[in-house]
Amino acid sequence: MIPELALPILIPLAAGALSLALWRSVRFQRLLAVLATLAMFASGIWLLRSTMDHGFLVMEMGSWPAPFSIVLVADVFAAIMVVLNGIIGLAIAIYSLASTPRGHEKFGYYPLMHLLLAGVGGAFLTGDIFNLFVWFEVMLLASFALLTLGGEKAQMEGAIKYVTLNLFSSAIFLSAVGLLYGTIGTLNMADIARKVATLEDAGMITVISMMFMVSFGIKAAAFPLFFWLPASYHTPQVAVSALFAGLLTKVGVYALFRVFTLIFTQDTGYTHTILLWVAALTMVTGVLGAAAQFEFRRILSFHIVSQIGYMILGLALYTHLAIIGGIFYIMHHIIVKTNLFLVSGIVYRIFGSYELRDLGGVYRHKPLLAVLFLIPALSLAGVPPLSGFFGKLILIRASLESGEWVVSGITLLVGLLTLYSMIKIWAEVFWKPVPDHITDTARLEGSEKLAKHSWAYYFPVIALATCTVLIGVWGQPIYELAEMAADQLTNPGGYIQAVMGEQGISGAMQP
Amino acid sequence: MESLMAYVVGILFAAAIYMMLRRSIVKLVIGLILLSNSANLLIFVMAGMTRGAPPLIPDGAQAPLGAVADPLPQALILTAIVIAFGVLAFSVVLIRRAYEIVKTDDLDQMKDTDT
Repeated sequence: MIPELALPILIPLAAGALSLALWRSVRFQRLLAVLATLAMFASGIWLLRSTMDHGFLVMEMGSWPAPFSIVLVADVFAAIMVVLNGIIGLAIAIYSLASTPRGHEKFGYYPLMHLLLAGVGGAFLTGDIFNLFVWFEVMLLASFALLTLGGEKAQMEGAIKYVTLNLFSSAIFLSAVGLLYGTIGTLNMADIARKVATLEDAGMITVISMMFMVSFGIKAAAFPLFFWLPASYHTPQVAVSALFAGLLTKVGVYALFRVFTLIFTQDTGYTHTILLWVAALTMVTGVLGAAAQFEFRRILSFHIVSQIGYMILGLALYTHLAIIGGIFYIMHHIIVKTNLFLVSGIVYRIFGSYELRDLGGVYRHKPLLAVLFLIPALSLAGVPPLSGFFGKLILIRASLESGEWVVSGITLLVGLLTLYSMIKIWAEVFWKPVPDHITDTARLEGSEKLAKHSWAYYFPVIALATCTVLIGVWGQPIYELAEMAADQLTNPGGYIQAVMGEQGISGAMQP
Repeated sequence: MESLMAYVVGILFAAAIYMMLRRSIVKLVIGLILLSNSANLLIFVMAGMTRGAPPLIPDGAQAPLGAVADPLPQALILTAIVIAFGVLAFSVVLIRRAYEIVKTDDLDQMKDTDT
């Protein structure tokens, strides 16, 4: 029994169940949301410390030996993702105290939030491919309900696209798992990896790997499968948008990293070349889509797509340095992107709009908020010394070392266009004077409302902005952490041995 | 038998995709139902079909004698069916609410959030 391996899943599950049991007491649910996400964050840190000491943590459910039982596996990469899950969960829980409408809180907002976090945590920690599907579904079902909470027209339209494409992706995933089981005869990822390496018929495996790529590509919003994302992410209330923006697509990216470093490495000349062009096109289409938008959250949604390209680029180049860059970029991106959505929520609360044309003068009235926007925005564009700069630097260096001149050029160009988009938001929302058609009273009213809970709005934003600056300033320790994770990912033998060979620390409960 | 089932799975997938490409949201959900069923059937066929040999171990033996059906895919399908049931129940409620709020069942009329 390894408690730190199970706690990041068990805590949100238990908190969700408890919140359901205490359905009537919103006050208790609010308290529990903060405490449980704090505990989840703490258990994530514990897990990270443990994986840094021991390498791999493996726990076999029901103490059946490895290929027969469902295993929970944590390597440094999974532990990093769990920590990020905790950070974002905590930030969203605090922010929700102020931002979530009372009606949503009464209709199960907090239980759904816990369930979503449990699904995400489970997807990071499972070592079984079918179990990964189950955690995906847990996460998706919670996200469906969160997305439609409130029931406005735009939410319904967005939700139909979101639900359809995600269910389609799940069906492809399930079919791919079925084909893989029929070919290999096992579901344990380490066991699959071991048997794929010795299989004669590599063609079938490549076909299956393409199905996984499409399925996870839809979930990660990669080109050309991303259209559900900008159609739906700007429709729910802002805390939900921020939670989705931070975590959901990154689960798809995590799954891509996991299967394309561990299992499907038999024909990298084919699979990873496709990934490389997917990454380049994702970056370009995402950033161009953002350039055409004039709504705060839609611009940010398209930038999620564009940034996913950077992460997949790290995987696609498939060198040690590139994987480090990809992991570093994921860490930077989750924090920055959530923060930008949270800032857009504060702007909406004070000034009553997400439309750039209806906004203006934020810098004059709320200079602190303007600075808090500028930190993640410049970090997203990759301005030194913030976190995004180092992520881009590592990736571009890796692509130059691989001789992918075109892709590294695209990466630089997309960085520039990202800066253009962020400056557009800055100029329209923060810098230009208040538009004439906006009356002063509406804005002041909003400002008073915010004053009651302003700490709950500002605390998560300030904390995440501090994280962004710290990742930039202390880039070296974070780089070393990413390097440890990349060491494990580029040597899948260690993972296989830890799960299959009773190596490392094994947590099977003795009967 | 297996090649026949392979064709059935293929036809089901094709029918599902065709239904999903229609403009009506009711047909969209029917497409999703067919899609999840065809995926389940695919798992069933892929694992190999063994007739009349349940995976039971006779008295006194440590392992089943001879070839038996693989029980694992059936467990997978059962799990997948339960999940699909929950998800599809949600989708049915969703299209009803969407119909009430948007006042159309035509996907072409639901383009406000597109870009």
